[in-house]
Amino acid sequence: MNARLLVRALRDPASVGDCDWSGLISAARAEQIIGSLAFRMEGQPVPARIEAIFEAARRDAAYSRTQALWEAEMARRALAPLGVPVVLMKGTAFHAADYDARIGRSVGDLDIMVPRASLDAVEAALLDAGWERMKEAEGYDDVYYRRWMHELPPLIHRTRDRMIDVHHTILPLTARPTPDAEALLADSVALENGLRILAPADIIVHAAAHLFADGDLAGGLRNLWDIDRLLREFAAADPDFWGKLRARARLHQLDHDVARALRLARRLYATPLEKRGSRSFSLTDRLFEARILARNGWGQERRKLLRFAFYVRSHWLRMPPLMLARHLWTKATRKPARS
Amino acid sequence: MRHRLDIQIGPVAFRIGSAWKAPLDALEHLYASYPAPEDGLADFTVRLEPERPWRRFIRPSVAIKGDYVLADAAPVSLAHGLLAAEMGMNLQMALGQKRYLLLHAATVEKDGRALIMTGESGAGKSTLAALLGERGWRLMGDEFALLDMASGRLLPFPRAVSLKNKAIAVMEAEVAANRFGPRLDGTPKGAIRHMRPNADAIARMGEGATPALILFPRFGEAEAVRGVGAAEVFMRLTQASTNYVALGREGFDALNRLIAANPALAIDYPDTDSAVGMVEDFWRARAA
Repeated sequence: MNARLLVRALRDPASVGDCDWSGLISAARAEQIIGSLAFRMEGQPVPARIEAIFEAARRDAAYSRTQALWEAEMARRALAPLGVPVVLMKGTAFHAADYDARIGRSVGDLDIMVPRASLDAVEAALLDAGWERMKEAEGYDDVYYRRWMHELPPLIHRTRDRMIDVHHTILPLTARPTPDAEALLADSVALENGLRILAPADIIVHAAAHLFADGDLAGGLRNLWDIDRLLREFAAADPDFWGKLRARARLHQLDHDVARALRLARRLYATPLEKRGSRSFSLTDRLFEARILARNGWGQERRKLLRFAFYVRSHWLRMPPLMLARHLWTKATRKPARS
Repeated sequence: MRHRLDIQIGPVAFRIGSAWKAPLDALEHLYASYPAPEDGLADFTVRLEPERPWRRFIRPSVAIKGDYVLADAAPVSLAHGLLAAEMGMNLQMALGQKRYLLLHAATVEKDGRALIMTGESGAGKSTLAALLGERGWRLMGDEFALLDMASGRLLPFPRAVSLKNKAIAVMEAEVAANRFGPRLDGTPKGAIRHMRPNADAIARMGEGATPALILFPRFGEAEAVRGVGAAEVFMRLTQASTNYVALGREGFDALNRLIAANPALAIDYPDTDSAVGMVEDFWRARAA
């Protein structure tokens, strides 16, 4: 078995007959998508042991949701006095907005976005409210984050042991595309409690940016599942959604990455897309697909070389060659620091 | 994976894969007479694999992987491969078990009623449970107690008992040699030797029991007994549980019912024989 069985189970739960159940469970756990799978498989005839695993996963997902929303509320309370917009991102946003993508979605860190000009005040307020630095102040990582990244160095809460990533845009400043951070904030949508989420089209653009323009595709199977769920919901709610998505992708200089996200989502999860202009699945797309599916039924990573190639690519995209050389040199030669 | 072994322990089925044969041979010997899962499926998968490909051959070291992993778990030497497998299974339970309320506790059973013993590492619960298991009680588990939240019953998890340091000799004096695994010296916890529970414990691993008494034993002190109030029991058991918070309301209610229905005692004891005597006394008093 490989991760293709997992993808099939997510896409079409009824099609999973007698299969390598243990392999499916291990792959789903490794990809951290067991919660979503458990909800998708609800009501399907599965062996008793597997049903018990799914039931526990569904309960665990409810806990993850509670924890994520609580963490958002803690950040809201810490930052409310500043009067700056606080935008929830990724999993926490799906839960806060009750999007379909929330169903079974586990959430690790809390991701928020604030105006760049407010970063210092936001960080100070969080440090004041019990969050702590994980990176040594003024160390290489700390300085690197502050100078070049799209987020502050991660903070962790002293008692709750949960991390927060404070973004001011959606891609590192060293990356070639320059998303319009002001537009992201300006068009964000307020929730009842005063926290905000990105506009639907921007949520997709951010997901695509995170997947293709910033990372090595680790967790890609789950990220694409998010994209599939979101696209279905957004397209059904707004007849003009595809046009908006095209416009926002162009605005943020991420049209190629968004287009690739759509093609891969359709390929893996049969996401219905608009008819016009969608290109066919290319050879490069196949490499991305192979990378996303590089997981076997023991939960092990496969295709070491391909993984490494995508790792190199992620760094290549993140910064210009000379800077990359210096960055890798520093990382390779410094003493291993335990964060 | 190159080698594979499936083991059923109580309600939990493990699939253990390994890059080497030796750890699974040792495991198979230790768990001889345990059934393979009837459905051929696994609740948890454990993987024993080299950290880097060449470490399969050169200075082989076993990384403990699986469905749930600790990011900073140190690899162990191949000679301690059995320990790696045991740690891997424990890790799955501690991090991934969300079906039952899991207490870090030893349990033994008599007449259908269960005695729960919990305490910090080194409190002697494992040894005490193992000894009781040879002296008229059924060993349900030396490490993890599984509380079924709906029924309030405890389910057995009679994995091999992990004996450390001085406890090894105590049990070697009590139990036939063929029930022991190899002695592993120089582990991070000192000397370790695993012991297979007796045939009765294995044959009845599907049979739960209603809890009757909670003990907090402490080894190495003069004999002493003190009643423990419900609030303290609650705090101690939440600390002894790996998944109490994650189970939410259901876990809270189940734990409360457990505490309301059962007396709890903290006992100090100088040696295991006196502890066995104390336990028998409490049990008679509880039954009367």
